[in-house]
Amino acid sequence: MRFCRALLCVVALLAVPGVVAAQPQPSPDEFVPVTEVPPEEQIPAINLIGAAYGFVWIVVVGYVWSLGRRMQKAEADLAALERKAR
Amino acid sequence: MTRLNQIELAVAGTMLAVSPWVIYAAPHEATMGLVYKIFFYHFPSAWIYLLGAIVAGVCSAVFLFGGNRNMDSWALAAAEMTVLFGAMTLVTGPLWARKAWGVFWVWDARLTSSLIVWMVFVAYLILRRFGGPGSDKLGAGMALFGLASVPFIFVSVNVWRTLHPQTSVIPTLPVSMGRPLWFCFTAMFLLFLALLSLRARLERQRGRIEELYLAEDEA
Repeated sequence: MRFCRALLCVVALLAVPGVVAAQPQPSPDEFVPVTEVPPEEQIPAINLIGAAYGFVWIVVVGYVWSLGRRMQKAEADLAALERKAR
Repeated sequence: MTRLNQIELAVAGTMLAVSPWVIYAAPHEATMGLVYKIFFYHFPSAWIYLLGAIVAGVCSAVFLFGGNRNMDSWALAAAEMTVLFGAMTLVTGPLWARKAWGVFWVWDARLTSSLIVWMVFVAYLILRRFGGPGSDKLGAGMALFGLASVPFIFVSVNVWRTLHPQTSVIPTLPVSMGRPLWFCFTAMFLLFLALLSLRARLERQRGRIEELYLAEDEA
């Protein structure tokens, strides 16, 4: 009886690595927590901040420049037409 | 350009130029670290984006039901501001989300509704540019639709489960983070006022040019 118990324990211990190995491995398509992403695959925060602030500045400067040009053209057209009307 | 516009533009430009230093002095957020500082430009642009949509909608309603032509100029100017500040919101938000959520975009209620309203105002501007006669009234109807969507955008984060932070975040900010936030908001608000006024003036000038051309043709 003692021998049977010992044998059962040995079999159980030997079976553990086999059961663990038989577990399905996560497929590469599944969700991977951000903490496990290797550093070379992460985007540094400073690049994202630079892109965000840079975009806002480019849009503001571009719009002010575009509005200034449109206003200059409209004022020139208006002045020419008013001269003609007189 | 009026004296007030010049002052507004000068103050807004100076404040925006100084803002990186003001933001730099703000402490880091505990869980997000450095990337949360995008929020100092994202939040003001998002609020002004919604404000622009409200102004465009209200002015369009006054134009549509009251026939006030001047209000149409303000509506068109506000629609352009909505597209401008909406673009800032829709670009800075995903840049923050990439670090905070791991993805640039999720199709949740807040993000999707913001994108749809932005596209409504892009469509409004295209219609006004290429729509020909009658596009002013059709555009006013579109702006009213945009206005009706603003409350939906605002409450979406509190009503539906989304990844986007809720509206309760702002009142709970510590003073050290709130000060740079309201500094950036003031800068963007002044910029909005100045650009809105100048753009409306341009539209009135264009209206006058059209009148003079018509008078010339008749003569």
